[in-house]
Amino acid sequence: MSKKSPVNYNKWMHNFAVLTAIMTFLLLGLGGLVTSHEAGMSVPDWPNTYGYNMFLFPIGQWVGGVFYEHTHRLLASAVGLLTVVLAVWLWRRDPRRWLRWLGVAAVVLVIAQGVLGGLRVRWHLDELGIFHGTVAQVFFILICAMALWTSRWWWALAGEERAAVPAGLRWLVLAATILVFGQLMLGATMRHQHAGLAIPDFPLAYGKVWPDTSPAAVADYNARRVEVVVGNPITAAQIILQMIHRVVALAILLAVAAVAAQARRQLGGRDGLARLAAGWLLLIVVQVGLGIATILTNKAADIATLHVMVGALSLVAGALWCVAAFARSAGAAAGAPAGSLCAGMDSPLALAGNK
Amino acid sequence: MKHVFACLTAAMLGAVQAAAAADIIGTVTFKGTPPPEKEITPILNDPTCAAMYDGKAPTTHFYVVGPKGEFGDVIVTLQGVTGSTGASAPPVVLDQKKVVYTPTILVVQTGQKLLVKNSDPVLHNVHLNPTVPENEKANETLINTAQMPNGADLTYSFVKPEKFLKFQCDVHPWMFAWVTVVDSPYYAVSGADGKFVIKNVPPGKYTVAADHRKAGSSTQEVEVKDTDATVNFTFEAKQP
Repeated sequence: MSKKSPVNYNKWMHNFAVLTAIMTFLLLGLGGLVTSHEAGMSVPDWPNTYGYNMFLFPIGQWVGGVFYEHTHRLLASAVGLLTVVLAVWLWRRDPRRWLRWLGVAAVVLVIAQGVLGGLRVRWHLDELGIFHGTVAQVFFILICAMALWTSRWWWALAGEERAAVPAGLRWLVLAATILVFGQLMLGATMRHQHAGLAIPDFPLAYGKVWPDTSPAAVADYNARRVEVVVGNPITAAQIILQMIHRVVALAILLAVAAVAAQARRQLGGRDGLARLAAGWLLLIVVQVGLGIATILTNKAADIATLHVMVGALSLVAGALWCVAAFARSAGAAAGAPAGSLCAGMDSPLALAGNK
Repeated sequence: MKHVFACLTAAMLGAVQAAAAADIIGTVTFKGTPPPEKEITPILNDPTCAAMYDGKAPTTHFYVVGPKGEFGDVIVTLQGVTGSTGASAPPVVLDQKKVVYTPTILVVQTGQKLLVKNSDPVLHNVHLNPTVPENEKANETLINTAQMPNGADLTYSFVKPEKFLKFQCDVHPWMFAWVTVVDSPYYAVSGADGKFVIKNVPPGKYTVAADHRKAGSSTQEVEVKDTDATVNFTFEAKQP
């Protein structure tokens, strides 16, 4: 197979997968706006909207929190539709069986995600909101990975000889990615408690390196808080959660800095994965800055939402790095070119040879 | 004939008790400087809402404190006293007016009706958050309910005492009201002058509790005889 013309590459399918990923990213951002504006329960019914079929809800009533929640639902419907089309397209046209089934999995996931969002509204359960936010991240990874797997770059990778990524580096990236995922779950938990900022200052916390979380201290914090759009008092658990979020953020920053340095040293600065690692580090630096800005602006909705969006990009960067690095290394270990990923699956090379 | 006699006796006893009952009066004071209130700036993001305030955002009012420390919106109750008369008491009204709840602090008895009105030209969703399961169960079909402009009143009723049950509107996320449910007719909310009166308390010894959503709680013992009893409360500002 020629490097320049991968036999199985389907430009339009790939573009469609990229479109689905972009729309999913925007959907994540809109979901962030919903929680940033405390608007998650502003439409009391589901799947209807104030008794209307959601697609027929009058634009004139898209006001206040309803605007964010209703447009979130509409965009979610669009992403669901795109996912179904992508899955059907993969099923009919893509030669890789595992990817076809992943397309089906994406449809199941997007439906489950929609139902989760609906049940969160119907059952008035904040906990489901946390789960909803977490599943969103998993779905975004899956769609981005599908965009990667359908890309010209991925198919061309099958025809190249590339050095394996050292195991230590691969596992470091995987560990950092898992840490980012855990951090996003922490963030989702904090956002869905509807208590605003548990700690209003930075770099200290209530003027201390580690804040006092005794009942008397927490009562004092609540007495001094004047919140405009959140009604719940903060708790000691929420303060500890934010402290953990801060500590994990530092750990992620150090881990990704180590990844970027090691990738450059072990793979060379021109290697695509080394560049991706550098980009990942940049994202993490921006994300830390947005986290600090979220505190200093008293959780301004636009800043807090950007924090959610860059968090999602950070997770995807790590996840795609892992996918590419493990695939490349699996191919190299088997003596095959880089793109013949995932032992036991239909490799691009093998498929190209079968054609 | 026996029934008539029993009724007359009960009426006479009631009259004697009413004559013996007295009021618990007092003042709530706040010492120190309360946290500064904030402008509700999100109101200005919505043209319809902003027009209700001529583009000038109202402020929060968590601490209603007068120039001499008179402390309003403090709920005063008698601890351990039951005997709600809520079923026969007139309904309490919570209005949504100029996209805020009015009042924001209120008390209802168990069994008493709470009417939520929408006097605004915009839709609201009335979303309550009971923490006592029995109160959630009693209102399960109305936990989050749309209320159209000038729509029909929504009626709530609670079965168990609960402090500061949160009502909110997610369409306008700055809208909150805090409903305290009590199990007796003996309660009061301090006014802007810090004063309160709990009327017609039968003679006896009581623990009087004062609760403020932000400043905390305080209790005092009092004995009610045949004249009014006075109980004053003082809350102090929390220091950073």
